[in-house]
Amino acid sequence: MNVLFGSPALHALVLGVGIVSALLGVTSYFIWFERKFAGRMQSRIGPKHVGPYGLLQPIADAFKLLIKADITPDTADRALFNLAPLLAVCVALLSLAVLPLASGLVIADLDVGVLFFLAAGALTVVPTWMAGWGSNNKYALLGGMRAIAQSVAYGVPLVLAALVPVILSGSMKLSDIVAAQAGGHWFALWPPGPGLGAGVLFVLASLAEGNRIPFDIPEAESELVSGISTEYTGMKFGMFYLGEYVHSLVVAALFVTLFLGGYDGPGPDVLALQLLWFVLKVSLVSVLLLWVRWSYVRLRSDQLMTLCWKYLLPSGLLLVAASAVWVWWTEQGGSR
Amino acid sequence: MSASEAWIAAGTFTGVAFVIAAGTLIAAALLRVRARKHSEARTRTYECGEEPDGGAWVRFHPRYYLVALVFVIFDVEAVFLLPWAVSLRSVGAVALWSMLAFLAILLLGWVYAVKKGALRWV
Repeated sequence: MNVLFGSPALHALVLGVGIVSALLGVTSYFIWFERKFAGRMQSRIGPKHVGPYGLLQPIADAFKLLIKADITPDTADRALFNLAPLLAVCVALLSLAVLPLASGLVIADLDVGVLFFLAAGALTVVPTWMAGWGSNNKYALLGGMRAIAQSVAYGVPLVLAALVPVILSGSMKLSDIVAAQAGGHWFALWPPGPGLGAGVLFVLASLAEGNRIPFDIPEAESELVSGISTEYTGMKFGMFYLGEYVHSLVVAALFVTLFLGGYDGPGPDVLALQLLWFVLKVSLVSVLLLWVRWSYVRLRSDQLMTLCWKYLLPSGLLLVAASAVWVWWTEQGGSR
Repeated sequence: MSASEAWIAAGTFTGVAFVIAAGTLIAAALLRVRARKHSEARTRTYECGEEPDGGAWVRFHPRYYLVALVFVIFDVEAVFLLPWAVSLRSVGAVALWSMLAFLAILLLGWVYAVKKGALRWV
């Protein structure tokens, strides 16, 4: 890829500010869409009072969060308590750096892109635990402990799932992985089996790492009030909320990049069309994730751990082995 | 974009993410409503309306520790798997069979852990 604006720092600054602002706008309307969608699924209408179809609701919510009083509990660890919401959003945004939106349109095309977003994903547990411990609240602490156990456990199948496209394409650079899928050779479709299996594994593990339903026991409002965000008010609570939604959109985008060919699609290779394909795929995957979210009930702690350690982990190992054998076998066939 | 340029860009982007997140919080700090008088109940730890019963910083069940231990094993394995996945094509059959043997041993270790009940969440 090329540096689009003079120096790499300026390139990252311009693209970064543009992409993050676009994403934050998309996120607030994604929340509006989710509320409408969930409403329809539960035979309700969803937001409708602020603006036509409730379209101004996200703006009203943002202002409400901004002007709410800011309460820090007396017994809290102030430094950890106040730093956690800042880091929650910061870490959720980090994976965007390596995400190719279209050919050449990427903030930092690192050689170890896959490793970078895996590391950024693993970091999400740090602000969660800072909030859980720093609040000095029993619900928050329980939520924090659960979040650590869950993120740590699901980090393993996540790495194994992300390895499959790396093996198939022979590169950890995300633009190379997309290039290897060019022309409709998406890893979710071909080779049959390992690609699709790894894709499903990737989505499950990412949802669990981001504490999304049906893996949201760290929040579990029926038992833990609100988990780690129990003591937070106003924008500090909003930051956790925002971080969670940004994370789920980024997960959808990474899934599209790794398994659904990224910006690959029919038609000429022009920037606008590639961007359109990318946005279209990410929207479809996001709606699918919403559908899952509003259809399934929360798993119990022990069920969550059993699912990860006894089913996802060995299937991850088998998928890695299967894709390696596939690569070796096809390469052999080519040279013979 | 060379490797060092890409890292400069990634570093700059981290800064951008931090500034945007911090900016939102600063805006909230400037705009927020302040209480006219301080009441003690407002800043008390929330425990569903009851007086808080001691602090929250308590000891935890060792099963969390066990999960962390098992995680270390499989995380170290990932450290070996990532470079192997990239160089599989260039190294060829030796890389494939030695890694499959490694994975088989790891899978045996997993079976042992399951049989021992180390992965059971009570």
